[in-house]
Parts: sequence; structure tokens; C-alpha cells
Amino acid sequence: MTTSSLPARKLRRRRFGDNFGFVLLAVPLALFVLFILYMFFYLLRNGLGVINWQFLTQAPTNGMTEGGIWPCIVGTVLVTFVSLVFSVPVGICAAIYLSEYAPANLLTRAIRSAIRSLAGIPSIVYGLFGVALFVTGMKFGLSILSSGLTLGLMNLPWIIATAEEAINAIPGSFREGAMALGATKWEAIRHNVLPYAFPGILTGVLLAVARTMGETAPILFTGVTYYTRTIPTSLSQKFMALPYHLFTLATQHDQISTVRPIAFGTALVLLVFVLAFDAVAFIIRLRVAGANKWQV
Amino acid sequence: MTTIIRQSSVDNRQSEPDYGFESLSRQRPPQRRSELGLATDSAAPALSVTGSVSAPQSKIVVDGLNLWFGSNHVLRNVCFSIPPNAVTAIMGPSGCGKSTLLRTINRMNDLILGTRITGDIRIDGQSIFADSTDVIDLRKRVGMVFQKPNPFPKSILENVAFGPRIHRMGNSADIQQRVEHALRHANLWDEVKDRLHDNAFSLSGGQQQRLCTARCLSVEPEIILLDEPASALDPHSTARLEELIRQLKQDYTVVIVTHNMQQAARVSDWCAFLMLGEVVEFGHTEQVFTKPKDPRTEDFLTGKFG
Repeated sequence: MTTSSLPARKLRRRRFGDNFGFVLLAVPLALFVLFILYMFFYLLRNGLGVINWQFLTQAPTNGMTEGGIWPCIVGTVLVTFVSLVFSVPVGICAAIYLSEYAPANLLTRAIRSAIRSLAGIPSIVYGLFGVALFVTGMKFGLSILSSGLTLGLMNLPWIIATAEEAINAIPGSFREGAMALGATKWEAIRHNVLPYAFPGILTGVLLAVARTMGETAPILFTGVTYYTRTIPTSLSQKFMALPYHLFTLATQHDQISTVRPIAFGTALVLLVFVLAFDAVAFIIRLRVAGANKWQV
Repeated sequence: MTTIIRQSSVDNRQSEPDYGFESLSRQRPPQRRSELGLATDSAAPALSVTGSVSAPQSKIVVDGLNLWFGSNHVLRNVCFSIPPNAVTAIMGPSGCGKSTLLRTINRMNDLILGTRITGDIRIDGQSIFADSTDVIDLRKRVGMVFQKPNPFPKSILENVAFGPRIHRMGNSADIQQRVEHALRHANLWDEVKDRLHDNAFSLSGGQQQRLCTARCLSVEPEIILLDEPASALDPHSTARLEELIRQLKQDYTVVIVTHNMQQAARVSDWCAFLMLGEVVEFGHTEQVFTKPKDPRTEDFLTGKFG
């Protein structure tokens, strides 16, 4: 490096620009990560104290100032389960139709973009729609069923979109190879597309689960309640749920400062549930990326 | 000088649309025909000027085939016939429609939107476009090996067992036997017999292509279509694949598409030269390569374009 083909001054300026750009891009990301970490540690510091076995397995007692959150956990799990029973089969079937069978015309494109827009509709709108359709229209009343179906409607577009993406990621040569052997279109899809799209579809479902668990607005008018003495035994009963319980404790309770630790504990449990599903989805995605050699 | 003359003659010829078929109507050297076991004159694929075909013992007859993708006229009045138990090569420059022609024979082009076809292809005298022809059965009878090896992300065993399974060709022991038979037939058995449960992607490119051939053989086709099967392979793997192709013609009718004329010369008995969607020349490979009747064929063979 005895001689340089470029003047030193110009090189210095370019190097400065490079460093400046790096800082400009890295600082916002670092701030964001710090913020997330702070939020998590804040919840841990305030909420970890109340979490013990009784907190997770007992019902609230003494005007919700003591006891646990077991009915909320049960309610959230049940209502999420009902939503999936509805949205997963419907969503996967719709995704298969859209990606494999739907003709490539204006109508299909319109439907596809409508599904994308539905995924962005505020959840409170779904809640209101759920009241009209399930609570009063179908006379399911304020119940787990109404709430679950409303949540199912809400995460349906999400599941369709991710499942369609997962199916489209499977190379056309798998379908073509099977059909060249005399497989029907459905046989090719059934044996040579869906098994390989499954991890991607599952990832989408798990992310939908994580999102569904934390939703408050769609269940607000359709079945969630302030307090129940027992855990629900049928789908037509009202229920307690983690996000709504948190809302109640944080804003509606008459002894807000007394129940503050319980609110933090509830938030922490909800966060752990959501993160657990996200983590499983993440792990599946990692493992699939390693195993699918055709995607290299 | 010769170059200039031939170039100009090409231009003249192209303005005469019937020229290609005139050249096809000519008789081929008889000694090659007897080698192929085609006893009578009428057995040899022959074309009249009008484009109609008279070849009772041809396996496949392509009769006045036109194909459009949307408004793009890809195949133009293609007429020739493919004899049984021989390797027929379709060669030509890139984009001349040779892969499209091949994919029409097992109706894989049905899957492409906006495809329009006129004319006919007959296999053993039966039109493949007839209502009575079931496309599933057709594709079972007419196997295909693609340009890029496309093993399924399953085990080697499962790859070959896929076809027999969907066609329910016997119980699991029968299928096991079919797998072994197909792998032996594709010259792959000795290399994979100890690792049948390994993923097919662990094989080399050449092995993958022979696996795809075995997969195609597993459903007992009558015709095998190969779409530039060696274009993604190294010279050694190519040589092994070509050896396999020459063996296959004992039991099957083989049609291979290639833009590599040396390969066509090495493996084929019959040879069609396709240009801009038209069959410029069809004949015995030896004749096409040594005494081409059309100047465009000669230009292609001598490397003036390609």
C-alpha cells in the first residue's frame, strides 16, 4: 500500500460517510431493543413477586384482591381453542383453493387483497360484528362460543395469508413431477405440497394463536366477564380471560394500588404465553430452514 | 462465398412456408430402416406435402400440430412420427419450441393457462386429445424426465415408490419390488441399495437425474420423454445418462429434447430439427448429420447459429 489511486481527502470523506450511515441505522435499532428489554424487565420486577403455584391454580378471592388467575388462564385457552377449531380448517382450505385452484383473474386478485385488508381491520370492529352475528344473530349469547368464533373470524385472514404463502413457497417442480407420473392435481397437492408446506402453515397458526390470546376488544362485547366464581363447564357460559382481567385490575378496580402487583403478574403470565407460542414458531422456522434443501 | 449463398437461400426458403414439409416427404435410406426392424416402406414415418401422415407402425404421430401460448404461435403445423423402440431426438436452437412440443405429448401444457392447440397427436393410433383419453392414464403411459433433476424431498425409496403408490400398483411388497426393478433399470441400484432411506437430495446431480428416470420407469410407461436431461450435469454424469438412454430404447420409445447436437448424434436413431416452431428436417440421425437436406439444418450443425 505504498501508493493510492485515490486522493486521501476523498477517501477520508467517503469513509466518514460510511461510518455516519452505520450510526444512523444502528442507533434506532439499539434504542428499540433497549426499550423492549426495559419493558420486559419492568414486568418481571413488578410481577414476578406474586407468581407462585397458588397464583396460577386458584380463583381470585376477596374482591379480587387476593387469590390467583386460574379461571382467566382456562378462559383464554378455551376461547383461543374455539377460535382455532373454526379458523384453521377454514383458513387452510381457503388458502389451498386460492393458491392452487383459483383462476388467475380479477376476482381472485380482488378476493386476495380483500383478505389482506381484513387482516388490518381494528379488532374492536370484529367485536361489534361478533355481537351482531353470533351473540344476537345466531343467539349464542354472551359465551365462550361467541367470543371464540369472533376471534376465529379475526385471525382467519391472517391464517389464510400465511398458509397461502407457505403453499406458494413449495417449488412448482414438486407438483409437476407428481403430475407427470399420472397423479391428479389433488394427489400432487396432498402428497407433494401440503406435507412440505405444513411447517410454514403451522408457524402462521402459532403466530395467530399468540395474537389471539392477547386480544381484548373482540371478546369484550361477546362473552368475557369481570368475575366468575367457577371455571366454565360449557361453551355457552361467560368466562374470564387474561387480557380483560388485566384491564379490569388496572383500570376498573376500586383498590387499584392493592391489586397492582396482581395486574403485573397477570401481564407477565400473558406475555409468557404469547412469547412461548412465538418461540415455538421461531424454532419450527429455523429447523425447517435447515432441513429443506430445496430452499437453498 | 458459400456462406453468403446459403444465408440468402435460407431467407428465400423462409418465405415459402411449405418448404419444410417437402423435405420431410423424401424417402430415407433403407438400410437404417431394416436395422430398426421396420420391415415395410409404409412402416417408416413419412409425410406428404399436405402434412398428413401415413405411418401405421409409428408409436407417436404428430399431425399438423399448432400451439399458441396466448397470442404467441409457438408450434407451427408440426408433422412427424416417432417410431417405437428407438431414440428420437428433437433438437434446435433455444426457444424454437422443442420443450413445448415434448410437453404437449403428455399434455403437461394443459397446466399452462392460455394454451391453445390445433391438430393432433396420436399414440398407437389414438388421439391424446380425444374425450375418451384420460389424461391421468396418458401421463402414466408417457413418462417424463425434466431438465433440472426434480427429486421429491423424500427418501430415495419413497421417490420411486410414489408413482406405484398413487396408481395402487399392488401391496407394499410389490411396490418394493417395483422400486428395485426401476432402480436397476435406471442403473442406479448398485449405488443406492444400501441407502434407500436417505433423502434423495443427498445424491449427486447425475444420480438425481437417474433417480428421476427410475421414478418415471416405476409406473411402467411405454414412452419416455426426456427434456434436456443432461443440461445440468457434468460430462461424466452425462455419459452415464446417455448410456442409460441407449439401453432404455430396448423396452421403451424414447424422445429426447436437446440443444446439444453432439448429444443428439450420440444417442438418437431418429432426429427432428426444429426451428422457430417448425420442423425443418426429420430423418435418420446419420442422414440428418451427414447429408442434411435443408440448408438451415446444415447451418445449425456447422455452428452458424444455435
